[in-house]
Amino acid sequence: MRRLGPLVFEPRLVPSRLAVLGVSLAAVLFALLLASAVFYGYGRNPWQAYAQIGRGLFGTWPSFSEVLRRAIPLILCGVGLTLAFRARFWNIGAEGQLLAGAVAATGVALFLPVPEGWRLPLMFLLGFLAGGVWAVIPALLRVKLAVNDVISTLMLNYVMAYIVEWLVHGPWKGPTMRGFAYTDAFPLSARLSYLPGTRVHWLTLVLGIAAALVVTGLLARTRLGYEVRVVGQSPEAARYAGINFTAVFALVMLLSGGLAGLAGVGEVAGIHWRLRSPGHISMGYGYTAIIVAWLARGSPLTAVLTALLFGLIFAAGDYMKTALGLPFQITGVFNGLVLFCLISFDLLMFWRVRLARKEEAWTGSTGSSAR
Amino acid sequence: MVGPVHAPTPDAHPPLVLLKDITKRFPGVVANDRVTFALHAGEIHALLGENGAGKTTLMNILYGLYRPDSGEIWVKGRRVDIRSPREAIQLGIGMVHQHFKLVLPHTVAENVALGLAGTPFWAPARAIGRKLRELSQRYGLPVDPDRRVWELSAGEQQRVEILKALIRGAEVLILDEPTSVLTPQEAQELFKVLARMKAEGHGIIFISHKLDEVLSVADRITVMRRGRVVGTVLAAETNKAELARMMVGREVVFRLRKGTCRPGEEALLVEDLHARNDRGLWALRGVTFRVCRGEILGIAGVAGNGQRELVEVLTGLRRAERGRIVLLGRDVTNRSPRLLSDLGCAHVPEERIRMGIVPALSVEENLVLKRHHRPPFCWRGLLRPKAVRAFAQKAVEDYAIMTPSLRTPAKLLSGGNIQRLILARELSGKPAVVIAAHPTYGLDVGATEQIRQLLLRQREEGAAVLLVSEDLEEILELADRIAVMFRGEIMGIVPAGEASLEEIGLMMAGERRLAVRSEGI
Repeated sequence: MRRLGPLVFEPRLVPSRLAVLGVSLAAVLFALLLASAVFYGYGRNPWQAYAQIGRGLFGTWPSFSEVLRRAIPLILCGVGLTLAFRARFWNIGAEGQLLAGAVAATGVALFLPVPEGWRLPLMFLLGFLAGGVWAVIPALLRVKLAVNDVISTLMLNYVMAYIVEWLVHGPWKGPTMRGFAYTDAFPLSARLSYLPGTRVHWLTLVLGIAAALVVTGLLARTRLGYEVRVVGQSPEAARYAGINFTAVFALVMLLSGGLAGLAGVGEVAGIHWRLRSPGHISMGYGYTAIIVAWLARGSPLTAVLTALLFGLIFAAGDYMKTALGLPFQITGVFNGLVLFCLISFDLLMFWRVRLARKEEAWTGSTGSSAR
Repeated sequence: MVGPVHAPTPDAHPPLVLLKDITKRFPGVVANDRVTFALHAGEIHALLGENGAGKTTLMNILYGLYRPDSGEIWVKGRRVDIRSPREAIQLGIGMVHQHFKLVLPHTVAENVALGLAGTPFWAPARAIGRKLRELSQRYGLPVDPDRRVWELSAGEQQRVEILKALIRGAEVLILDEPTSVLTPQEAQELFKVLARMKAEGHGIIFISHKLDEVLSVADRITVMRRGRVVGTVLAAETNKAELARMMVGREVVFRLRKGTCRPGEEALLVEDLHARNDRGLWALRGVTFRVCRGEILGIAGVAGNGQRELVEVLTGLRRAERGRIVLLGRDVTNRSPRLLSDLGCAHVPEERIRMGIVPALSVEENLVLKRHHRPPFCWRGLLRPKAVRAFAQKAVEDYAIMTPSLRTPAKLLSGGNIQRLILARELSGKPAVVIAAHPTYGLDVGATEQIRQLLLRQREEGAAVLLVSEDLEEILELADRIAVMFRGEIMGIVPAGEASLEEIGLMMAGERRLAVRSEGI
């Protein structure tokens, strides 16, 4: 127990689910409160703005479907990251892994002579492998050479972004694109179908939800999942128990990066139908997925929900850009504020705060103070 | 709590320190429950109790590290409020913690000068060199002010801590388990220093859980149990049995039932083992011994003489640079922990919470650690929850692990139950070799007894047991043969029946006995 001014902090060893939920919600709400300053800055009443955004997004099915569309890559990347984070492997590289998947999918779509019916499945398969292999590199670097995982995964994002830039400006630049830095458009057999009236490429959405279920089962019921939890909770105990770190980290990152790779396949095959500059393909999904996974506290199923929340923020950002005339960077501001609040509010999850009672004075009961 | 406040009757010699009705609660436990404790000038007052009895909490309150929830502190007849160690020092209270608070790369003088009021900004260490020499002569605490602390033995580091307190004008010195890092001879040296300080009018609070030393060093003894004072007795008027009864709350048997040793075939052979510590220095320099089935080999020694590295090399957690390890006739030098465990080598680790369990995982999941990858707990990569549960249920019953449920996170168990959990896991696979590092460290008497019985039962059932412990009493009680380690070498191996405390103490201080008893390894 600690005392700070009129407040008493009591430690919670195991925070209850309700505490986790309450604290997380409070953090998000507090972030929205802080964000209202941005609206003020642009001379708008924040409450009216929030109300307008709410009507704009939830008014019609096609506008709401934008939330889903934005959530799809976040679900896939976010689920993958929860797995990595459970092993305490700080995968900051979902952005690059997503792009790796997009590159592989584009390769299959444009350059691989395969039967029409095989094209999409092969795009997903190779997209998964490309993202996975890209993610295994930092895993091996960490186990074999003790390279910091945060740095290596982050840096590989830039490497992959430049590979994409090079491809679209160089060898893969589409001859029919009249000088734009695009590849040629995908053939119809390499495009995903939408839910009617929307741009929701449902196959990828289904894959995302399936991934959340599979990863949940994996963590709870398999040998690999058990070892992931042991490695993540106590590396010392994992060493003591003879768990093979190389295998655990490599498999975890293969899956984590592979899911991000699937997200990349979905974006090029579902939205763009071509490879283009990295900023257009991803819009920072891989980075936002870090917040998604963090907010989900390591639970893949919760990550689906938090991904929807951030899909909402992305969609709201689009709406603010077009309907309210705010700059598109507003999405980044929102994301940053939410992450910032979540991390600050973490304290409340492990410490119960309440007002001090009278007898809990600083000193003994008679409270002589000689400061 | 808020009772009438009686100032102690004004007498000519108020106690140096008076703690009155101190209560301190931590979540879920009352660490000190209306504790009253007085220390007079010129006395050594021992505070005796098991781990967790509240001794250290009480002293941390006196030293300003914790604040009591209620109660009063009087120093030299004046009511005080101690908010920090700095204020405690100003009041003339010094504390030597069980784990020393020294800056290892710095010299002795620099450590003593650190934070000392009145030292000059430039070359602080030089200014106090003279004073340091004077004090160390007066109290018989020889240390060289210019030596770097990491070069010193634990006993010497302790002297530095005592000097640190004395130079700050400590009239009251609190020593928290001061002998736990000393050889028996070093402990005798310390007692002489304490006697001298007592003669100079200092008051000394001596925290311990060892009955013999408390009886020999203290004038008065206050016994604590579960946060309360059981009583205060004069050392001259009490005995070991009475103290033990006060400490534990019931009669204590000092002898374990131990059958005669019938060593069988050799189970573990270690030859010329060399290994480095985390800093790359040699921690093991040619260790050789063997352990047979049905015997307990005790490894004694002062902490930090290579015991930790030895255990780590034997369990596959640290590389052997030279030498070999043969387990059941098979060379297993530098093989993985998993292989060793699969071959039947159980390991009860020193760091039971950091290494022995996964604190956030449940009791049942912790019970199958190391075997989670094998049938019946795992089949084609899938866990079998029913098999895990059935095994855990039986283990909890067999080893009397007190847990609210099988799904409780292991970190919520008490120290004794965590150790029972580890032993249940390690011993239930009928291991051929059991390597136990400090298996009863920090446990209460009940758990200690039970765990020692379990180790003896392993010996009876034909396992080879390697017991590493800094508790000489434990080694003498359990081991059939005793090996003493000093600076990474074995000074000698003696049969437990022929070992005298003095001889073991000399070996702990680095005297080689190998030549004398050449029946050898």
